[in-house]
Amino acid sequence: VWDKSENGDWHCTASWKTHSGSVWRVTWAHPEFGQVLASCSFDRTAAVWEEIVGESNDKLRGQSHWVKRTTLVDSRTSVTDVKFAPKHMGLMLATCSADGVVRIYEAPDVMNLSQWSLQHEISCKLSCSCISWNPSSSRAHSPMIAVGSDDNSPNILAKVQIYEYNENTRKYAKAEALMTVTDPVHDIAFAPNLGRSFHILAVATKDVRIFTLKPVRKELSSSGGLTKFEIHIVAQFDNHNSQVWRVSWNITGTVLASSGDDGCVRLWK
Amino acid sequence: RLLQVSKNYRSVIRACMEDMHQAATSTRDPALHSQYSTQVSILSAMELIWNLCEILFVEAAGAGPLLLRLLDWVRLHVCDVDSMVREVMSSENPAKHELFWNVVDIFVLQGRMDEARHLLSKEASANPTSVNMYKILDDLMKKMPVPGLGNTQTLTEMELKWQHWHEECQRYLQDGTFASNSHMESICKILLGDDDAILEKKELITTWYHFLVTRLLYSHPTVKPMELRMDLFLGRESSPESLDTILMAAFEFEMHQVIKECSIALSNWWFVAHLTDLLDHCKLLQSHNLYFGSNMREFLLLEYASGLFSHHSLWQLGVDYFDHCPEYGRVYLELHIERIPLNTEQKALKVLRICEQRQMHEQVRSICKIMAMKALRNNRLGSALSWSIRAKDAAFATLISDRFLKDYSERGCFSDLDLIDNLGPSMLLSDRLTFLGKYREFHRLYGEKRFSEAAKLLLLLMTAHIAPCSFWMTLLTDALPLLEQKEVIFSAEQTYELMRCLEDLTAGKSDKQKFQDDVETMKVEMLRLALARNLARVIVKEGTLEGS
Repeated sequence: VWDKSENGDWHCTASWKTHSGSVWRVTWAHPEFGQVLASCSFDRTAAVWEEIVGESNDKLRGQSHWVKRTTLVDSRTSVTDVKFAPKHMGLMLATCSADGVVRIYEAPDVMNLSQWSLQHEISCKLSCSCISWNPSSSRAHSPMIAVGSDDNSPNILAKVQIYEYNENTRKYAKAEALMTVTDPVHDIAFAPNLGRSFHILAVATKDVRIFTLKPVRKELSSSGGLTKFEIHIVAQFDNHNSQVWRVSWNITGTVLASSGDDGCVRLWK
Repeated sequence: RLLQVSKNYRSVIRACMEDMHQAATSTRDPALHSQYSTQVSILSAMELIWNLCEILFVEAAGAGPLLLRLLDWVRLHVCDVDSMVREVMSSENPAKHELFWNVVDIFVLQGRMDEARHLLSKEASANPTSVNMYKILDDLMKKMPVPGLGNTQTLTEMELKWQHWHEECQRYLQDGTFASNSHMESICKILLGDDDAILEKKELITTWYHFLVTRLLYSHPTVKPMELRMDLFLGRESSPESLDTILMAAFEFEMHQVIKECSIALSNWWFVAHLTDLLDHCKLLQSHNLYFGSNMREFLLLEYASGLFSHHSLWQLGVDYFDHCPEYGRVYLELHIERIPLNTEQKALKVLRICEQRQMHEQVRSICKIMAMKALRNNRLGSALSWSIRAKDAAFATLISDRFLKDYSERGCFSDLDLIDNLGPSMLLSDRLTFLGKYREFHRLYGEKRFSEAAKLLLLLMTAHIAPCSFWMTLLTDALPLLEQKEVIFSAEQTYELMRCLEDLTAGKSDKQKFQDDVETMKVEMLRLALARNLARVIVKEGTLEGS
């Protein structure tokens, strides 16, 4: 973990070995919950960490301490991504594993980070590589997760799936699959929504792709039923000329950053 | 008025240019020097573009004045003749100077007739043989009709005059009047608007836009703005640079194109955002509705303001900019303001003030929560409490109050007394907090020896269920010193109440629990004894009073 000092320099304030395999991803929780990190690893676990304020000596030496609050051991395969849910959903996170299972955990007491309960298990049928929560906090949208897969199997199954929470069944159900994405997906990211009526999703695969998902009116028969989406691809950039590994949005959803095997970071507007 | 604003912008740009120039010349570091120099050239290009836009769009003068402005623009920006002029003028015999004719030509090309004639007079005095030619040329130049110079003629009158003059020049040229002096002949040709003659002076003109304006001067002096479009640009370089495309778009009155090209060429949104805003105020921009920023002006302002937020102090300016974006300004501000690093309390308070002024309640709550969490982690309970009160976060306030009470049970004293004492109405935020406040009040009363009031409060805390059950034991223990006082404090009724509380408290416990906790048991015993004694005393006291 690096901290930025007053004069703008970055200092490494903590570094610790904990997982027994490569750590794939780390992600921050919203600062409203304190200084909280989650990590996931090849060792089939995900962990939640909290920063402890240590002795004043440590502060002077520029060190901070992180303690593990919980280990999530439900996965039987490598956990490939972990992401906290938008803060209006409380203290919740989702993990996805190489065996295709997405798990959603919740800490009912936000002050007690050691108590997490598994709320949902979603079976995606494809090896999962990445997930992204839809950050939109509008009441009009139910919680939504996009799941990407880097499965190499020859069946041309869509490599990006969208799951939506159904108020009636109290479960997550598959709402859409992006049929046009057939190459392994390494990263996905929903863009922040500033009052748009549709969603924007960026996909990192063999190129950079940006999709819009427009909710079509739900079937009149089942209010609270699944939303159907109109999917359009609005951009496709192959400038990396190689696998694109990560995509990330700025806070207003107006700039997308992508990184690829060509060793470049590109910004798209 | 808007014109004045535009001029202000330009003077700001010029001032920056000056500063940069200073910095460039004063630095020894070649890297820095080249960096500053680049900045200077960018700034000068910006001023050039802005000036042209001001002339064409903001001022939008009629035919004649437009030309004059354009001439000014060319003179100011395009050609740097001053050094050349100085050189020639300061020489002993200007007419003999090798650059003499260059200077005359450039004056003519820029429409600076008086200065050209002045120089020519020197030539005339030096070369008596060409006096006749000179006189004719001088006359032609003097008589040249220049539009917009305060004359009240109509456009048609002007056109007529100009036509007449043009013919006169033509006659002289064809008559071979200037045949013996190639310089004068070429000047005459220029006066006639002969493209080739003008092109011959390429080196002096240097840029295509200078050429454009010169051509305009000598071929269409009463040019109405629309006609500008029809001029061909004789591009001498094969691929236009970005500055060229921008200026071309400006001359063609394609405002949106200008803005677009500037956006691409410049790395900072300052220029386009402010220029577009100005043009918008001039009511010149049609509003296309873009879904990502409502209209062009707002889109650019949003971009510019967003950029400001990454700066540690300029973000406050960004706030004002967002305020002026009617459609998306607020939501952009909401997003950005939450992300400002809150390293100090003052900064946090500043940010909060901004949010509160704009009724951004969610952001206020969020920021206070973050600050409260930070304080709590650092064990600064008082700070955490005041942040949760500000956030109106009852749940968190309860949590912190519990911590306070726990601390008290462990250490026997309170931290942050000032804060708790001065809670005031915010005490009511959460029950626990109310209890904390009242409990502290009890201690204060006791300290001030206002025992009967303290006693009443203590009892109230239990009977009104303000105190959590877990705390009753502590409260009853607090009652002990009051019971042990020489003077009787608790009335009979109050004592009965206290006894009832004690029984309620111990009733729930099983026998096993009672025996396990020795300290508890002892306390209970002591209490029972004290209560009984007090009861005895008070009955006697009350009985006695009633008796007398």
